[in-house]
Amino acid sequence: MQPFTTLTAIAVPMHEANIDTNQLCPTRFNKVPRGPKYREILFYDSRFKPDGTPTEFMLNAAPYDQSGIIVADRNFGCGSSRETAVYALYEFGIRCVIAPSFGDIFAANCAKNGLLALTLPEEECAAIRRQLQDQPGAKVSVDLAAQTVTDVQGKAHQFEIHEVRKRCLLEGLDDIARTQQYSGKIAGFEAGYYKDRPWLSARA
Amino acid sequence: MTARTMFDKIWDSHVVAEEEGEILLYVDRALIHEGSSHAFAALKRRNQSVARPHQVFAFTDHYVPTTGREKGIAGIAVDEIRNMVIAQHDNTKLHGIRLFGFDDPGQGILHIVPPEQGITQPGLLIAGADSHTSTHGAFGAIAFGMGASDMTHVMATQATWQRKPKKLRITVDGKLGFGIAPKDIILAVIAKIGAAGSVGHAIEYAGSTFAAMSMEGRMTVCNMSIEAGARCGMIAPDDTTYAYMDGRPYAPKKGAEWNAAMTRWLALPTEAGAVFDREVVLDAAQIEPMVTWGVNPEMAGPVGGAVPDPRNAPDDRKRSDWTMALDYMGLQAGMALTDIKIDRVFIGSCTNSRIEDIRAAAEVAKRGRAVVPAWVVPGSKLVKAQAEKEGLDKILIAAGFEWRDPGCSLCTAINGDQLKPGERCASTSNRNFRNRQGPGGRTHLVSPAMAAAAALKGHFTDVRELMK
Repeated sequence: MQPFTTLTAIAVPMHEANIDTNQLCPTRFNKVPRGPKYREILFYDSRFKPDGTPTEFMLNAAPYDQSGIIVADRNFGCGSSRETAVYALYEFGIRCVIAPSFGDIFAANCAKNGLLALTLPEEECAAIRRQLQDQPGAKVSVDLAAQTVTDVQGKAHQFEIHEVRKRCLLEGLDDIARTQQYSGKIAGFEAGYYKDRPWLSARA
Repeated sequence: MTARTMFDKIWDSHVVAEEEGEILLYVDRALIHEGSSHAFAALKRRNQSVARPHQVFAFTDHYVPTTGREKGIAGIAVDEIRNMVIAQHDNTKLHGIRLFGFDDPGQGILHIVPPEQGITQPGLLIAGADSHTSTHGAFGAIAFGMGASDMTHVMATQATWQRKPKKLRITVDGKLGFGIAPKDIILAVIAKIGAAGSVGHAIEYAGSTFAAMSMEGRMTVCNMSIEAGARCGMIAPDDTTYAYMDGRPYAPKKGAEWNAAMTRWLALPTEAGAVFDREVVLDAAQIEPMVTWGVNPEMAGPVGGAVPDPRNAPDDRKRSDWTMALDYMGLQAGMALTDIKIDRVFIGSCTNSRIEDIRAAAEVAKRGRAVVPAWVVPGSKLVKAQAEKEGLDKILIAAGFEWRDPGCSLCTAINGDQLKPGERCASTSNRNFRNRQGPGGRTHLVSPAMAAAAALKGHFTDVRELMK
């Protein structure tokens, strides 16, 4: 996994609440193997007409075709657990989404793919979106180690992130390798667990 | 000792290790489907084997066709869809995973089959490669969905890193009115608390309404917990749960096994005085048949009501969300929900494709004839067989409904079953997101009885009037 440390990028404001993973990656593309094709798949049904010609959707044109950050409203990435929604964001070039809240599964999927889903209060997200609305193509900076977002006007916003998630993102850590150090503990857990639950081990 | 919640008891009994507040939880069962191809690809890249293949169960549901199944897998017309089904057969065979596959007599949706087979049990921790894994909480289990990377991790280690969610109790007391379904309750809950209303929370549904509910109904309720943003939803096990489980293939055998299990199950329910982070209360008597009018499940109202006017929205943000929703849905502010004409009906999905759902649909269907195309897609081959044993298929077919083969079908619209642009569907599924049932498709979520009633009228109608 690519580490995430700092990022300064064009930020695109998305004002709508509850942008679901079906919009990020329409279901019919879930079968596409992971790879560069996902660049086109992001928001496909908003970006392309049924005949495949591009729409006016903002990600299709400069400056937002070069976006690296999305500033959204609450519950971004709700709905389906599809990780393809994250593959699509990643391949498009999005490395960070800033929102008041996220779908829980989506946020976990982001962390596993080197994409920072960070939470700021509703009013701060709205304020940054207004700045971006006024200055299309303006850049926003994120510093994960310092846990700050620097907005268009240079104001720093502090954000919270869990220590483990932060470390994994900063170092690009693979959590399967981390967990395998616990394999002895898992086996020990199982011994006690199944001793008390013979009906589970009988058919496990 | 302080009183404990069911959630805490099950969570605590699965803790393997802790790192700075992240908990490594043991996973009893993992549920996967054809779309888990990304997880198998990741295992392959790592040259990683599956740690506990007998605790992983696979289901062919998302990509299977719901007609023409007699032609077998080779009969799946679209190459990419057929290849997904074939790849799942190959991957599960390679790793020694039990597959309820295309030709299996137990084939069906991953949230319908495990309860039928006794794979879902009280007290378990169940991880699924699908957000509606919350369904299994109906048995008093912690069950949640996850993405491909986390599922790869579960398959590689039989454990998962999680942070403990907050706890929300939703209490509904009282007897449900005539014609009111579990689906109406959960839609009323989501309309009340919002699509993000329980983000970061585990829900426990409590109260006399759920205690009186069948397992099928409880599964419908828990299924849609994710539509309120919850990590999972659960209901305490009771005699209804135990009676349902009795004799299922993976359930404990009657005798010593069953008794040992029962001792543990009886200790699971939340103790009196246990504290939740939040409480929400609804009165069952106030719940009416619900219809969604917008593009997420919180945009719902009683069938007797109207499409809301964005001018009356409580704030600017909702006003803009409602305006966009009405534009996509092609609806006029203020129009009666019963004036919305529909093009199609879909009765199915992991929310509403169990035997009780088919019975409810048939009970309405026998009072008339469908005036629009109406599909009934049972959730599993076992549901289909039971319905046919009861003659429900004949009732539905006689009323002009189409009786199809089991799968996710028009809920997730990935197997070729989909709406045409602009088509409007009364659907018993769980998501009315834009383009969910096909690009440009318009979805209204309702109960099976309300869907069948809409099929007979060609527009939404209060099923209670029809059943008088």
